[in-house]
Amino acid sequence: MLKLITRYIQRDTGGNTLLGVLALITVLVPVLNLVVPEGSALHLSTYTVTLLGKYLTYALLAVALDLIWGYCGILSLGHGAFFALGGYAMGMYLMRQIGGRGVYGNADLPDFMVFLNWTELPWYWHGFNHFGIAMLMVVLVPAALAYVFGWLAFRSRVTGVYLSIITQALTFALMLAFFRNEMGFGGNNGLTDFKEILGYNLHSDATRAALFVASALALAVAYITCRAIVNSKLGRVVVAVRDAESRARFIGYRVEQYKLWLFVFSAMLAGIAGALYVPQVGIINPGEFSPLNSIEMVIWVAVGGRGTLYGAVAGALLVNYAKSYFTAELPEVWLFMLGSLFVLVTILLPRGVIGLLRRSSAEAAP
Amino acid sequence: MLRIDKLNQFYGASHILWDIDLEVPEGSCTCLMGRNGVGKTTLLKCMMGLLPARDGRLTFNGRDITRDNPEQRARIGIGYVPQGREIFAQLTVEENLRIGLGARNDKLREIPARIYELFPVLKDMRQRRGGDLSGGQQQQLAIGRALAIQPRLLILDEPTEGIQPNIVHEIGDILLRLNRDEGLTVLLVEQKLAFARRVAQHFSLLEKGRVVAAGAMPDLNEQLIHRHLAV
Amino acid sequence: MNVRAITRNLVKPASWKKLLNRRAVFDPHLNATHGTILYMEDVTVSFDGFKALNKLSLYIDDGELRCIIGANGAGKTTLMDVITGKTRPDEGSVFFGQTIDLLQLSETEIAQGGIGRKFQKPTVFEHHSVFENLELAMHADKRVWPTLFARLSGEQRERIDEVLEIIGLSVERVRRAGLLSHGQKQWLEIGMLLMQNPRVLLVDEPVAGMTGQETERTAELLTSLAGRHSVVVVEHDMEFVRSIARKVTVLHEGSVLAEGSMNDVQNNPRVKEVYLGE
Repeated sequence: MLKLITRYIQRDTGGNTLLGVLALITVLVPVLNLVVPEGSALHLSTYTVTLLGKYLTYALLAVALDLIWGYCGILSLGHGAFFALGGYAMGMYLMRQIGGRGVYGNADLPDFMVFLNWTELPWYWHGFNHFGIAMLMVVLVPAALAYVFGWLAFRSRVTGVYLSIITQALTFALMLAFFRNEMGFGGNNGLTDFKEILGYNLHSDATRAALFVASALALAVAYITCRAIVNSKLGRVVVAVRDAESRARFIGYRVEQYKLWLFVFSAMLAGIAGALYVPQVGIINPGEFSPLNSIEMVIWVAVGGRGTLYGAVAGALLVNYAKSYFTAELPEVWLFMLGSLFVLVTILLPRGVIGLLRRSSAEAAP
Repeated sequence: MLRIDKLNQFYGASHILWDIDLEVPEGSCTCLMGRNGVGKTTLLKCMMGLLPARDGRLTFNGRDITRDNPEQRARIGIGYVPQGREIFAQLTVEENLRIGLGARNDKLREIPARIYELFPVLKDMRQRRGGDLSGGQQQQLAIGRALAIQPRLLILDEPTEGIQPNIVHEIGDILLRLNRDEGLTVLLVEQKLAFARRVAQHFSLLEKGRVVAAGAMPDLNEQLIHRHLAV
Repeated sequence: MNVRAITRNLVKPASWKKLLNRRAVFDPHLNATHGTILYMEDVTVSFDGFKALNKLSLYIDDGELRCIIGANGAGKTTLMDVITGKTRPDEGSVFFGQTIDLLQLSETEIAQGGIGRKFQKPTVFEHHSVFENLELAMHADKRVWPTLFARLSGEQRERIDEVLEIIGLSVERVRRAGLLSHGQKQWLEIGMLLMQNPRVLLVDEPVAGMTGQETERTAELLTSLAGRHSVVVVEHDMEFVRSIARKVTVLHEGSVLAEGSMNDVQNNPRVKEVYLGE
């Protein structure tokens, strides 16, 4: 057992750094927010805690994307769809939790349904008042969509650019669908005005800190799981599929099956990320399905360095930090920055920031 | 006229041409020979600049053309007739010939009458689409197109492949005329031994990407043929 | 592949049987009692009127090392395509052993049932090590779930080491395949084929672009494989063919022009004619 752990640790400096940092902030951040008094210089505002929590859910999303892109060569430009679906599932649970405290005071129906003159809850909303069922939906709905979509796409041997285009189409279609009021998901306003989660006030500092910790834990567990997958024989097969698909098929691997299951697993991770995201930002709307969002996630992974898992985390954190900074200080500049970042990374840093660090450390070594 | 020094060529990591030394004297007709897969076409493509040489040097009339791209090589007078003719199927015979005119130094914009003189069948088929010609006619068109650029060196890759015997003979006549009468330097790749012996004065024998023998055509004896050309 | 061939295949009862029985129908006790492992009889393949193979008949003996030579366009690649199931002939029959009709099987089934093909351009998995390449090629349950939990058994490890020994890459086992020389990549690819325990190895132009030393080593490798495996080599390099050939088949315009020992073929006037373009 000990040998297994040491072997695991020895191989992965980047990952270990990540896990170490996560462990540290899981303890440190809540302490700095809840324990350290407000006046002190070390105090972390609740706003910051929530922001960091949001970044962590983005990091989880990036890991999900890197798993299929960096390791299997599937460039999904529609992963935002799975993220949003997980978010909506959580959102539906949170909406049900509002109960009679909404604007219209209807214990059974969310405000937007009352506004639409609906008299009863649609069938697909039933069960979402139970946390367990909602959480099940958080993983099952993205998984089901990924399975159907993947089955059709991979069986038809759609790859490369064409696959990326149809994933864009997928998320765009969902966006249009969720914008419609008749769908019963809140239309263009989405689901918001949440009050409670599992009985705890969503706006209290303690809950926010707890959500932060949950996000960090989810990221850590996801990282460890993905790492295990990638180091297994399945991981090696999947990389082989990325490098020489027909050769892999020729050897006897059902390439479509491998891609499908990896895609489904990735969608589930994205769904979980979405579910953690929504209570922290307090809203989920169809804008999350926007094709542009899905492209932005790919930029995170590209900037960080794909094919390393921890690179995706780094990329997600870096780019989103930059975004927060620039949209506050120099809002007009942000889109240009994003675009040029994408171009620069593609041309100069194909292995992302992590690749740059590796190169310089390789050169520094004797 | 054309000199190749220590040319090496790779396809990825696969070493195809090894230290090739070749000299094509001015006014001569040299035949590059060897079995399938020895690298003859690869060598010609390197000469034409269609494939980059990994290392080595190509000199044309004293000028180092190793780094020149194909358009530049055409302009300085290297005409190329590729294997399989590769004429433009959608263009007419006349248009095919006109394409070559752009590379001329004298800015002539008319198809030289000489080409129609050499290939009377092309004159008859002027308005015919290239794709509608027979194999033999296409070969003549390809040669005519190369001649349109006013080349000083004409390179032909297996010009008799898949052509009926009487046209083969005609092409032989034309090459003899161009080379012996008009002094055009010719380099050709040819598998048909009889044709090569008739038309060329020098030979260069390739095997496994190396030059294994070279010299005057009479020196191509039975032993060399048996070892490097036959089975 | 023309409409006639397609409809003929649809109507054949054997193809219905195959549809109903999805598993590969390879007989582990392959019947090669007559000493012949591969029969091709009167095989014809046309592409748009052009006959790539023209009533070709070819027989490969169990354990032999056969060289197939011929000019470009003689049909060598199409021949291999027919055996591996990539191309279906319009006419003729192809049998593996006495009883296995290759025309009824899919490409994957043929590959997994004991006929391995090595293409001219080496395609190994560049980012994986030599060892991992062989591990991936290994005969094993290749479905998703078992692969996730697959652990190399001692026996499997030994088998990989054995193959590394045969192909001469034991020293390079942890080296990334992308960093191997051209010749080494070719040997690795042969190794990957060997991991599937093939009865027949079809090798397409193995020594193109190799150094002299690599060519020699490849000759040794292929010769050592004959006996336990049947090896069919397509090559242009006459020196190489001379060094390994026991029996040579010359293809011309889609059918067999001559067959016999190297000597026989060299002195065959018709072969000379074709090669010298008379």
